[in-house]
Amino acid sequence: MYCEECKMKPATVHITQIHDGQKTEMHLCEECAAQKGTHVLKFDSYFSLPKLLGSIFGQEVPVMGEIAPTPRTRVQNCPKCGMSFQQIGQIGRLGCSECYTTFEQEIEPVLRRIHGNTKHAGKVPRRAGGKFELKQMIEDLKKQLQAAIKREQYEKAAELRDKIKELEKKTGEERG
Amino acid sequence: MGITDILNRTYVSWMDAAGPESDIVISTRVRLARNLNQLPFPHLTDEATGKQLMQKIRAALPENEEGIFRGLELVSLSQLSPLDRTILVEKHLISPEHAESNSPYRGVAVNYDGSVAIMVNEEDHLRIQCLLSGLQVNQAYKYAQTVDDKLEESLDYAFDSRRGYLTACPTNVGTGMRTSVMLHLPATAMTNQINSLIQNVTQFGLTVRGMYGEGTEATGRFYQVSNQVTLGQTEEDIINNLWTVVIQIVEQERYLRNGLLKEMKFQLEDRILRSYGLLTNARMITSNEALGLLSDVRMGMDLGIITWVNRQVLNELIVAIKPAHLQKAAGKEMDPIERDLKRAEIIKEKLTGKKQ
Repeated sequence: MYCEECKMKPATVHITQIHDGQKTEMHLCEECAAQKGTHVLKFDSYFSLPKLLGSIFGQEVPVMGEIAPTPRTRVQNCPKCGMSFQQIGQIGRLGCSECYTTFEQEIEPVLRRIHGNTKHAGKVPRRAGGKFELKQMIEDLKKQLQAAIKREQYEKAAELRDKIKELEKKTGEERG
Repeated sequence: MGITDILNRTYVSWMDAAGPESDIVISTRVRLARNLNQLPFPHLTDEATGKQLMQKIRAALPENEEGIFRGLELVSLSQLSPLDRTILVEKHLISPEHAESNSPYRGVAVNYDGSVAIMVNEEDHLRIQCLLSGLQVNQAYKYAQTVDDKLEESLDYAFDSRRGYLTACPTNVGTGMRTSVMLHLPATAMTNQINSLIQNVTQFGLTVRGMYGEGTEATGRFYQVSNQVTLGQTEEDIINNLWTVVIQIVEQERYLRNGLLKEMKFQLEDRILRSYGLLTNARMITSNEALGLLSDVRMGMDLGIITWVNRQVLNELIVAIKPAHLQKAAGKEMDPIERDLKRAEIIKEKLTGKKQ
């Protein structure tokens, strides 16, 4: 929006006046506003991104992923509730909790698009707690192991492998 | 029945104006979406599973417990009249979609003061909500977690270690948590800063929505800010993020209000007192007009221009002037003209403390 007076510069001063119940608005550049003089309220824009960023520093801000094309459906219907992925797309809802496993590959890019992320980081139900946490730890360690092997850090890889074995034993014990 | 008290009075906990930053933050809500393992999501639920779910949840709710569990009893929507269901919507305890149903397999449980409300078989099997006054994100989260943990003792939740709590809509998966605060931002709106607020807040995975009639001059001063992302962040991250941004918005609003007061004292006083004058003298008033004028009076009270009205009364009025509450108060169905008359009467009575 350009200044209403000089029509040259961007309007950065916005004046709203209420007179006799009539609202009038003026959009001016700073210079013209200063020339007009009377009763110009100047407020810095408080909601600047750097300001908010500064205050939130240290917290992760999600970056939305690129829109990925939906891959072709491999499975026709969810064995549990009978929903197809097309139906899910149409109504925007999954049929049952099993759908998340059935259509895992299809849902992954959707989750990334919505949340910028695909992996849960929050609360774990207390009852299921121990086992879930172990599972998650093992998964993370396995990823680290792959990375270590890629980088040819074999000493570290061996350490990680031992750790994984140890944890897997624990989950095995729980099962038994 | 605990819910009867809630239905018969205007007041619920979030209106008490006792929470921090209550001059600008009206209320805080934390909502958790949960589903049971092994059962299809509500939109695919048939009678048998619906019945089973209601029974399971009724059994999982603690009996004769004190504290936030007091009065928490599951009532099916078929037990409530359409008017009563709308009353719950106007109090922000259930969603409009939920209120449309009169299914015996959908339900609601509200505790003694309305700080906890659970919807059963809405979009998800369970929607656990905690609603408090002012900016109380942490406290509301704690309450919601307490209820969640209690229910989890006897219910088997649908949970996946990678995706978290599984929900019918993928926008809720992960924590299943939506946190929102309702803000009164008249000075931000008057100085045309709402758009820049919306733009910047969006960068943090938050959304801003107008609460009553988006964008209209008279009513566009109530806004709801809530988190968008539920997957990949911890509950604490979500809460801290929201809190940090909301505190900035609150400070900005205060700064703008003081600026207006300093630069346009008489104009502002005049406008606020005129609004008060209209509210206390009108014979008929529409809900839109009333809300705009109440917003002025609320700001007048916050700035010390109006000293004889208390904030809780204003919070209650926001809800008391809505159609279902008016009709409940009158004890009959009313056409729009009768409602405008009744609305004016109730506002006058509440603001002046005099029975008409």
